[in-house]
Amino acid sequence: MSIDLSQFFEVFFEESFEGLDAMEAELLNLEPGTEDSETINTIFRAAHSIKGGSGTFGFTSVSDFTHVLETLLDQIRDGQRQLTAEHVNLLLKSVDCLRALLSALQAEQTPDLSDANDLRHKFEVILGMSESTENQDAQASLPVESESTFQIDFKPHPHLFKTGNEPLYMIGELAELGELETTVFYDAIPDFENLSPDECFLSWRFFLTTARTESAIKEIFEWVEDDAHIEITVCGGLFEHEAENESSSPPVEGGQSTGLSSSSVSAPKAIPTKKAETKKPAEQSTTSIRVGIDKVDSLINMVGELVITQAMLSQIGEQEITETTITSLQEGLAQLAHNTRDLQENVMRIRMLPISFVFSRFPRLVRDISQKLNKQVELKLVGEQTELDKTVMEKISDPMVHLVRNSLDHGLETPEERVAAGKDPVGIVTLNAFHQGGNIVIEIMDDGQGLNTQRIKEKAITNGLVQPEDELSADEINELIFMPGFSTADEVSDISGRGVGMDVVRRNIQALNGSVEVSSAPGVGSTFTIRLPLTLAILDGQLVKVAQHTYIIPLISIVESLQIDITKVSRVGKDLDVLRLRDEYIPILRLYDIFTHKGAIEELDKTLLVVVESDNHKVGLLVDDLLAQQQVVIKSLEANYQKVDGISGATILGDGRVSLIIDISGLIKLSGLKRPGSQELLVEAKVIEVA
Amino acid sequence: MSEQAELNQQLILGGQQDENQYLTFMMAGEEYGMDILAVQEIRGWEDATVIPNAPTFVKGAINLRGTIVPIVDLRLRFGIDSVAYSPLTVVIVVSVEIKEQHKVMGLVVDAVSDVYSISEETAKDVPDFQDSDNAQYVHGLVNVGEKMVVLLNLAKVLDLSANYMHHG
Repeated sequence: MSIDLSQFFEVFFEESFEGLDAMEAELLNLEPGTEDSETINTIFRAAHSIKGGSGTFGFTSVSDFTHVLETLLDQIRDGQRQLTAEHVNLLLKSVDCLRALLSALQAEQTPDLSDANDLRHKFEVILGMSESTENQDAQASLPVESESTFQIDFKPHPHLFKTGNEPLYMIGELAELGELETTVFYDAIPDFENLSPDECFLSWRFFLTTARTESAIKEIFEWVEDDAHIEITVCGGLFEHEAENESSSPPVEGGQSTGLSSSSVSAPKAIPTKKAETKKPAEQSTTSIRVGIDKVDSLINMVGELVITQAMLSQIGEQEITETTITSLQEGLAQLAHNTRDLQENVMRIRMLPISFVFSRFPRLVRDISQKLNKQVELKLVGEQTELDKTVMEKISDPMVHLVRNSLDHGLETPEERVAAGKDPVGIVTLNAFHQGGNIVIEIMDDGQGLNTQRIKEKAITNGLVQPEDELSADEINELIFMPGFSTADEVSDISGRGVGMDVVRRNIQALNGSVEVSSAPGVGSTFTIRLPLTLAILDGQLVKVAQHTYIIPLISIVESLQIDITKVSRVGKDLDVLRLRDEYIPILRLYDIFTHKGAIEELDKTLLVVVESDNHKVGLLVDDLLAQQQVVIKSLEANYQKVDGISGATILGDGRVSLIIDISGLIKLSGLKRPGSQELLVEAKVIEVA
Repeated sequence: MSEQAELNQQLILGGQQDENQYLTFMMAGEEYGMDILAVQEIRGWEDATVIPNAPTFVKGAINLRGTIVPIVDLRLRFGIDSVAYSPLTVVIVVSVEIKEQHKVMGLVVDAVSDVYSISEETAKDVPDFQDSDNAQYVHGLVNVGEKMVVLLNLAKVLDLSANYMHHG
């Protein structure tokens, strides 16, 4: 054991999680009665490699648990047992359970075994355990509350050794079942001259305190049944104190000897808990990604080109400056720019993964929820190969789960309602992903009843979000579900709606520089459309000048830029200017004012207005000048500083200076235009239109 | 001071566990000291990009080899009158653990002075001036020869969330 196994832990965990994903996907495809051996084989193989790996690394809690799972699968595979719906459910639960166990181990925590024990027990009941065809090598027992003491008399026949059995192993296995007290009888040993070294003259009496059943003990002696006299009697009931001892040092912690940073397992209390907590998320977020070899190869090619260009440039640098060298220098620089851009694009591609990584968790989710709700649902996945930045992917998963749950819970009707409405009893939920411009669009569609505009409006009125007399279009009403404070509290269920509502979904998506919209038709269904930038690392930006400062406005949110015609500007309220632009009224936000910068141009006719859109609201940002448009690499300002209202991040410009990136929706909030309960200012602009 | 920093000190100083090294700098005629292990580098002042609505003592952010680093003027932080920056104005870049988050920040000071080994025992407790806002920033006072050095508690000095205020 001189090799440090811990260096392989990450790979093991990754492969195990992949294995679990595969198991889950295959299990969902399984319909009892119609299972084909290939599917079962795939599941079996996944379970088997997890068992093997965890055994190697000493994660006995995982390997023991997987072992029972594997036994069941093996029997199904061999046709000894029919697959039932109950099996599938149990297996799916075990996938969850294994995932939890592995996550805990990965975070170097002691896993919570209660679920595993429950499930394991259920499996053992199914298997009847004694039916097991395999040579049981279960090494450890998991602590369960009730324990009993067995008296075991084991008197091997003298020829035991000749059958290749070794009592010591059996005793070892017994000891692993629980607390073992051993008495050995050696009175049968003959005189030395009669002693035959290949015959067994010893016999034993054991007192075993264990939570396991008699059959588990019998199993150990299964192979020597015919070669020994074995008597097992129960001689004790519950031993409370012993049960306690047992659980304080369960044999499953045997993992500590084989690597798993022993400090966290054996002495979790010795480590300041604070530290462990802060460390954990960091570790989890630094997981690796798998990259196709073709992507790596093309990167290597590009780096090769870059090196050549660099060599060329340095050669030019050594020459005397003449007109020809300047021309070739320019050529070289153009080539360098080209190389850099290619390299950048390809490096970004490394982080791109197909969205199927997110989609793949939905079949299970839909299955579980539809069972719970007694609805019949078909899930369609479209565009699974659409690629998306890994970071975006990780963050979009939760909002999507929320939206899908909503669709299942509120969107789709029960089969009876559907039949009554003349629809197919099976509802369809479609997840669709595709690229559009520099964005990825994810649609979550259901063919349910659509949003109930009447009820949403009533709810919004009760919550004070709108006034009863407000005339709202259907789209405007649908928008209300994204408002903070709009909660459908009367239908709280464990599927959706715990007050944490759509506003959180929208906020999370906006935090990714994305947007979410809903469209809905009564009786036909509703569609949620999420739009996201492909990557969080790079942004197309418009550089603008405010006083002597340079800011960056994300190009994606800019609608247009224009010079202000002051005849179309009117003042609303105390200090809000509104520009009439075609048939819209655009509030003018003075950036220098919001950011408290001095020295900016204040006369409206001498400045430029950048009209931007966020949350379906258009506002105009007053800037001194428009500068270049360029791609900028987003850097965190928060990392070393703190969150700045109206600023989403920072970047470094070509001259090495820092420039800040404007967060449009944050800016609108900061300007006070849309404080909670202050639709007024925007609504006010509409009123003038009527007047 | 973080546990890690203490551990490092013990490793570096070996037997002299109680001795810490402090980098001192001058500000308005006073000498201040900070744990030398927190110091990442010392640079000249360069123009920083203004962060909107930041407290006055935050001069902005600079690009430190690809990382965005906020710059705090220590004079303003302590409520001392500011002086015009010159090419000789010094920025001490420190990396500190603030509320379990690792932050890199720059501190504008008048001039860097010296490095002292100071035993923890000789550092005197801060006199009881609870009324002063600045008391919380002081880790201790110590005499070095004839001079008095104010040892700073950087984690407190640079915890901007505590008294976040807008300037007009």
